[in-house]
Amino acid sequence: MRSEPVVQVQALVKRYGTKTAVDGLDLVARQGVTAVLGPNGAGKTTTVETCEGYRRPDSGTVRVLGLDPVRESAALRPRVGVMLQSGGVYSGARADEMLRHTARLHAHPLDVDALIERLGLGSCGRTTYRRLSGGQQQRLALAMAVVGRPELVFLDEPTAGLDPQARRATWDLVRDLRADGVSVILTTHHMDEAEQLADDVAIIDAGRVVAQGSPEELCRGGAENTLRFSGRPGLDVVSLLKALPPDFRADEPAPGSYRVVGEVDPHLLATVTSWCAQHGVLPDRISVERHTLEDVFLELTGKELRS
Amino acid sequence: MNPVNPVDPAPTGAGGTGGTGAYAPKPGAAPLPRMIAAQAVLETKMLLRNGEQLLLTVVIPTLLLVLFSTVDIVDTGAGEAVDFLAPGVLALAVMSTAFTGQAIATGFERRYGVLKRLAASPLPRWALMTAKTLSVLVTEVLQITLLTVIAFALGWSPQGSPFAVLLLLVLGTAAFSGLGLLMAGTLRAEATLAAANLVFLLLLVGGGVVVPLENFPAGAQGVLGLLPVSALSEGLRDVLQDGAGLPWTQVAILTAWAVAGLAAAGRFFRWE
Repeated sequence: MRSEPVVQVQALVKRYGTKTAVDGLDLVARQGVTAVLGPNGAGKTTTVETCEGYRRPDSGTVRVLGLDPVRESAALRPRVGVMLQSGGVYSGARADEMLRHTARLHAHPLDVDALIERLGLGSCGRTTYRRLSGGQQQRLALAMAVVGRPELVFLDEPTAGLDPQARRATWDLVRDLRADGVSVILTTHHMDEAEQLADDVAIIDAGRVVAQGSPEELCRGGAENTLRFSGRPGLDVVSLLKALPPDFRADEPAPGSYRVVGEVDPHLLATVTSWCAQHGVLPDRISVERHTLEDVFLELTGKELRS
Repeated sequence: MNPVNPVDPAPTGAGGTGGTGAYAPKPGAAPLPRMIAAQAVLETKMLLRNGEQLLLTVVIPTLLLVLFSTVDIVDTGAGEAVDFLAPGVLALAVMSTAFTGQAIATGFERRYGVLKRLAASPLPRWALMTAKTLSVLVTEVLQITLLTVIAFALGWSPQGSPFAVLLLLVLGTAAFSGLGLLMAGTLRAEATLAAANLVFLLLLVGGGVVVPLENFPAGAQGVLGLLPVSALSEGLRDVLQDGAGLPWTQVAILTAWAVAGLAAAGRFFRWE
């Protein structure tokens, strides 16, 4: 099922002066949506901009759709859509004017009016770019990235600073792109965005990929989850522990409040409820607390503030 | 690799209307002439929409031509004042568009990531530069038409060969474009804005545009005569006012500026 990689980065190193922004990074992105997560300064934008052909690797190789983004730029550019973190539009241009212009640079562009409608850019009217709101500027940049009907789209923090409605609209567009066979590489700070959209997540820290996998894999991998339930106080926790598979812990941290810690799965839930049935306990407020991507992210990249 | 393989529906596909094929990849660059034409039209629109640019390219040259032709402010030598002023103002018009306007606009395009974003589009860099040049030429045609009409209304009687005039204008445009792009591609946008306006003002005064070079001290004249705007205004004046043939000295000076400026711009221009 999994096809040829759309992006293949091997041992990428990129320095700015004495600062090493990317430090031997390996990344494979396949068909679908790949989210690149990382704290500020982790090397996300440098990595993406190297894939876009803006930066030359100091060492290592980068292939995008099988091509070298610097040497084979002319062949690659028409096939790839780019949304920069900010800017990219003439300050005196109107939104529809700039989008139409971008469409004219492509052989088979999308219907510009439909795209304007879909991303709510119609209300920009005759306002020039510099007077558009931040959200309108973001949506225009997104529209410009997809209007040429690319095979692959790079979105650098596409929802930064967007209101919830615009964020939903962006997510919906990314899902539609995916469903129509367009691959998407997006950088983001929003864990929920990665969980919602991505087939694959790469977590970058200090210029390297520290974890990669589907959101489910990352949340499951090695992480223990917790099952909590309430019942009458003073139940026999030792008996509960005996009913559980090995490597599980169970306790009563507060009277009437019980906690089971381990790799919680559907069988475990069944085991706990049947133990309750045997002991005549009707548990209320039974809940499974799974690790979120944010937990995994903070576990991997630390909790201290970054520059 | 194209078209790409279909994939499973998104696991969290709620909300989208996906799978309709509306976004199915169909990449491709537009034909080069269409891209260049579209880019040139957009660049020209941006220029004509910008009030500050119009002040520089249209209002100031027009005011200078009318004011100095009708009011005796500067000694322009023997003959009608407009016959002296019209060639100088044409040179000023070329400088205002090819140098000052282009430097400021390109400087801010660089600053706001426009050049960066275009570099990721199917438009090749040389095609972008071609489009910019076309946009400069279109603007110059509009300027020169306007100024010529006004000059005739003021009693201008031009002499000489139109081909010599055209050659000088083209060389002047090349020289000023090279210098303007060099400035835009190396300095910060704010520095370019300040420097391009300052240079415009200095060259307006000291470049033989409205003040004859003979009015300056003998020692300064030799140096000022080497400036591109002096070479252009003096060359145009030799042809249009005195009916001379091609002024080879000025052609050589402008060619040297054009070669040096464009080469330096090509070497040092930074796109981000």
